Amino acid sequence: MSHTKPLVEDFATDFDHADPQWVNNPYPIWEDLRTRCPVAHTDRYGGAWFPATHELVSRVAKDTENFTSRSVVMSNLRPTDEDLPAPIGIAPPITSDPPFHAIARRLVLPAFSPGVVNALEPQIRALCNSLLDDMGDAAVVNGGTQFAQYIPVGVIQQMLGFPLEDIEMFLQIVIDVLDSIDSTAEDRQATGDKNRAYFEKQIQDHIDNPRDDFTTYLLNAEIAGTKLELDHVIGTILLTLVAGIDTTWSAISSSLWHLAQNPDDLARLVNEPELIDVAVEEFLRFYAPVTMARLVAKDHDFNGCPMKKDDWVLLGFPAANRDPEVFEDADKFIIDRRENRHVAFGLGIHRCAGSNLARLELKVAIQEFIKRYPTFTLENPSEVTFSPGQVRGARNLPIRVK
Amino acid sequence: MKVVINADACTGQGRCFGIAPELFDFDDLGNGVVKGDGTVTPELVEKARLAEANCPEHAISIEE
Repeated sequence: MSHTKPLVEDFATDFDHADPQWVNNPYPIWEDLRTRCPVAHTDRYGGAWFPATHELVSRVAKDTENFTSRSVVMSNLRPTDEDLPAPIGIAPPITSDPPFHAIARRLVLPAFSPGVVNALEPQIRALCNSLLDDMGDAAVVNGGTQFAQYIPVGVIQQMLGFPLEDIEMFLQIVIDVLDSIDSTAEDRQATGDKNRAYFEKQIQDHIDNPRDDFTTYLLNAEIAGTKLELDHVIGTILLTLVAGIDTTWSAISSSLWHLAQNPDDLARLVNEPELIDVAVEEFLRFYAPVTMARLVAKDHDFNGCPMKKDDWVLLGFPAANRDPEVFEDADKFIIDRRENRHVAFGLGIHRCAGSNLARLELKVAIQEFIKRYPTFTLENPSEVTFSPGQVRGARNLPIRVK
Repeated sequence: MKVVINADACTGQGRCFGIAPELFDFDDLGNGVVKGDGTVTPELVEKARLAEANCPEHAISIEE
């Protein structure tokens, strides 16, 4: 990743979600923008806007006329209409707009419904425990690279029915798509082509050997009596990998980062296990990993801002979750917060399709980690790193467990 | 007292049936549905209010 870009001096007029200040601690920036703007602008990435309040984030999320989802990862690769053939888009349904969106979404939702997802709980618990077993009796473990990241990738690998030995490659695909926002358009294109070749190989294997997994489910799915186009199947697989891994990994690692520094919260969770459900929602509110993006669909005025077609809009659900207009003591983590209308999973028709799975993984991961290690602290706070870009979470997370 | 879900506003955030499984269920797409006719018995009043107060889409209302 290149760091040749100038550092941001004023986030109101020149924001950049890859700027070190934003990556390391975006919350004071968002608070400043909320009071000063509340819609920030930048000429970077070809031109982008960032609404910082819950009200405006909500308005963008629910307005599918003026904003299109055809590209949801803001990068230097700025797609044109020709790059994104409607209606399928790159990764349906997240990149689909109405009316095709509803069709593509209806297709995947049953595979992620609470009933189906809840059945995975024993398997997720076993995965967490095998990762904890692998750490042995080390005094310092890495909550990010040894634990958090392997939980969602293990779940998704089993769900897609892809080879276990390819797990490291899935992590690389995720990093390529989400973390490498400063790569050149050519580099991102080359990576996309390589990933596509891999998916085609796995799909062929599923055509030759159908089995009970999400890939076979997609291959058998039909829209109005017709099997899905190959691009649709590949796009939904890409979505499942990218949206299902980095996001949950980030939520788990940020939650552990919090507990490692807040012994009172850790002790309460250990001593009052019934708090886990409200605690999970507060982790999701306070450390919401996912910022989405939209493209402006047509020239229009938005809250006094002259938005032009194909401008980016960064959709800051994590910023909305810290808006004091909506949340009492918004900048305080309250482990037993009972009223918590957080928007970590988005709002409107694109509500995270995997939210039930993400919530379950986060809950089980925290439960099993604190059961194994009822007390732990951050080993070396200065070594902790956070991911850049639209999915924020702790990456390197050294934790002293004894 | 009754709980009501506005199906047009519900996007399947899953908070209602997580908080008050006695009052809410989910359909095969994961959207929330009211159990029975939505009548809230006295011991479930607090859970009903919490479900209403936690829905990110403001899709739940309580009819007194």
